[in-house]
Amino acid sequence: MTEQPLLGGFRVLDLTDEGGLMCGRVLGDLGADVIQIEPPRGNSARNIGPFYKDIPHPERSLYWFWTALHKRGITLNLDSIDGKELFKQLLRTADFVIESFSPGHMASLGFSYEALEQINPSIIMTSITPFGQTGPYSHYKVSDIVGVSLGGMSRIYGEFDRPVRISTPQFYFQGGTQGALGSVVAHYHREISGEGQHVDVSCQQAMVLTLMNTIEMWDIQKMNITGAGTWVGFMGRTVVKLIYRCRDGYVFTMLGGGGQAGVVTSTKGLVAMANREGYLIDLADFDWSTYDFAPVALAKAFGMETEGTKLIDHLVEELEEFFPTKSKQELFDEAVQKAILLIPVCDTKDVVDSPQLTERDFWVQVDHAELGKRFTYPGFPIQGTGLPPYKPQRRAPLIGEHNEEIYCEELGLSKQDLILLKATGAI
Amino acid sequence: MVQQVFQGIKVADFSWVGVGPQVARELAEHGATVVRAESHRHPDTLRLLMPIKDFQSGIDRSGFGACYNTNKYGMSVDLSTPQGKEVAKRLVKWADIVADSMTPGTMAKWGLSYESCREIKPDIIYYSTCQMGQKGPFATFGGYGMFGTSYAGYCHLLGWPYGSPLPTINNYSDFIAPWYLCATLILALLHRRKTGQGIYLDQSQVEAGINFLGPTILDYTINGRTQCRAGNQDPHSAPHSIYACLGQNRWVAISVSSDKEWDCFCQAIGSPEWVKSPKFSTFLSRKKHEDELDRLITEWTKDYTPEQVMDIMQQSGVAAGVVRTAEDLFNDPQLNHREHFRFLDHDVIGRMAYNAPAYHLSKTPNHIWKPGPCLGGDNKYVYNEILGYSEDEIADMIVDGVITTDADVTEVLREQ
Repeated sequence: MTEQPLLGGFRVLDLTDEGGLMCGRVLGDLGADVIQIEPPRGNSARNIGPFYKDIPHPERSLYWFWTALHKRGITLNLDSIDGKELFKQLLRTADFVIESFSPGHMASLGFSYEALEQINPSIIMTSITPFGQTGPYSHYKVSDIVGVSLGGMSRIYGEFDRPVRISTPQFYFQGGTQGALGSVVAHYHREISGEGQHVDVSCQQAMVLTLMNTIEMWDIQKMNITGAGTWVGFMGRTVVKLIYRCRDGYVFTMLGGGGQAGVVTSTKGLVAMANREGYLIDLADFDWSTYDFAPVALAKAFGMETEGTKLIDHLVEELEEFFPTKSKQELFDEAVQKAILLIPVCDTKDVVDSPQLTERDFWVQVDHAELGKRFTYPGFPIQGTGLPPYKPQRRAPLIGEHNEEIYCEELGLSKQDLILLKATGAI
Repeated sequence: MVQQVFQGIKVADFSWVGVGPQVARELAEHGATVVRAESHRHPDTLRLLMPIKDFQSGIDRSGFGACYNTNKYGMSVDLSTPQGKEVAKRLVKWADIVADSMTPGTMAKWGLSYESCREIKPDIIYYSTCQMGQKGPFATFGGYGMFGTSYAGYCHLLGWPYGSPLPTINNYSDFIAPWYLCATLILALLHRRKTGQGIYLDQSQVEAGINFLGPTILDYTINGRTQCRAGNQDPHSAPHSIYACLGQNRWVAISVSSDKEWDCFCQAIGSPEWVKSPKFSTFLSRKKHEDELDRLITEWTKDYTPEQVMDIMQQSGVAAGVVRTAEDLFNDPQLNHREHFRFLDHDVIGRMAYNAPAYHLSKTPNHIWKPGPCLGGDNKYVYNEILGYSEDEIADMIVDGVITTDADVTEVLREQ
């Protein structure tokens, strides 16, 4: 058993705002010592809600709580000469620098990768931007909804004639996490060879990677996947319904047969459950292993009616009647027992109340001494044998909270120096 | 070519469907040798799903089956046979990493649990990924990422406030979980290098999904609020939506989040009379009259293509972007500049596009050179050169059904 977390002892200088905060957050999950470097007035992500008790204040942002967890915080004005000097000193003991400025900004400060490499030859510099460091869109303005749209995601969600995004931002989380992955690949190379490098991340590409088989569907079948409401659909036609109303909410299920893993047992079990309430009696003995869904889906996509399409339509119609007789818990209990592919549509409360997540010890407690409170946070999605248990290093920092710790105790500045630097706007 | 990052690292990939294979692919695209073990008798579901070449089903005809397996060597083996289990053990002995994404208990059934693999190779690194994780009351719940995202709270947050929750038809957590797992796995390799000790990783894909809903979860655990789906609106911006454009089912996203951007936006649309209305003069009033604002904006956007709207807005300093279809993505000048799509010739499917990673490494770029393998497509190389079986032994194993072939594909999957 290792005493240290996997990235324990490695230092990250994090210059990002909301456009890249998740990168340092994930490296912090893995144990890195992440120093968040904020402009003297604080990071812009501190203005993003929701807020603790709905108080819009830079020390109350839950978005900041989440994305700056683990990190220590210092203020530093990279535009000032003293600020640049301090940053160079910090660079000497750093392993990673993460930034999410517009392309070219770091170079204009005198901190291009080539410049950083001069100071610290093994440094890994990770740049996270909406579109990458170069290219025709590299200076485009972006927001979550614009990013997920240019990345193709809003097109595959929603209705055929009405795209939609996930109601909570994903674009920068995807880019930041890809930044963490790229940084770790570069770190492996450095550990073997001693050589650092520049990691250039595009959030747009990160979104394209989430589109599942959307790219291949166009490439090979010349079909554009779009949302189809609560259904799977192709080219404006629905194939099979996925989300159904039940007595106290909604459930998600997947119907079919043939060679799809688990679907045969599942559909059989679902029919048996419906049979007990008098639904789908005609399908009680149907052999779903003979029902290959691929040709059915194709027939539906091209608007053809076959024995296969009639069967699936009938199944959906009766289930729409059956499900409202049961609660999501009743349905899920039997689903777990009988290997039926059905699961509740959980809201946030359901998620937090999940016995599965509790049993896995997923939730962690984080002390917020500044508020006199302790809050429940989601934990890390991976446990291990041979790994120390996951533990948040500390809550997100207050503005300049660790200035003294870093500047005085580490860099050897006096408290008098700090006052001067503050007065001149360097920190 | 430059030295590849993971050159010399060997992976026995027993995983399937989305998450497990993508983790091993990431290593393979940076130089690791990955052998993917599959069986014609229980093929990866993705091999049976669309898109399929020429609309003719077949075990090697799905682009979905190929896309997560670039640079891997494909072997076929029936792990339910005693001799198949021996083959698997030889593969584990060869490997640094064992990959598992089966329903919990499946690998143990084949004699390939972490404990068994550690007996074969004491410093083995082993990853397991599934919807719920290896323990807990719902651990054996099978299912795909669409189930996991429903359980993690995504569907509840997708759609319009007055309508039903909607599915994440891309199995969204399949594209969150691998990044966490792969980063952890790479660090496990370094840990072994330093200490000589292996590690076992147990991932819950539901939990990975929840990590991308962090602020929403904290709004509940800290403020007691259960957020609901909000269509295309956003609490920090107005206007903020997806607007209908000229053309068939064409759309553009626009968002305005400051007074300065609002001024730019008004200029961009030619400062019509209505923008001067008190209803839209302040941020608060725009938010209050957001539905009406969206209708008026659509009156303008409907006469332009989404590309035109994006150009006009971006030139004025307003965030706007085309709602890209897959077809659009292939023509996206920025993605092409980044060489996002890499084209390789697959033996059966032919020329096909593969996604490149979102990160570019300046000194050790990824290298995609081999399309996703046909099932058992590299049997000769794997059985002979990697595992050291003789030609005679290989022939016997084919006769005995240990090495599965096309003849082992069940009737229902072969026809059509």
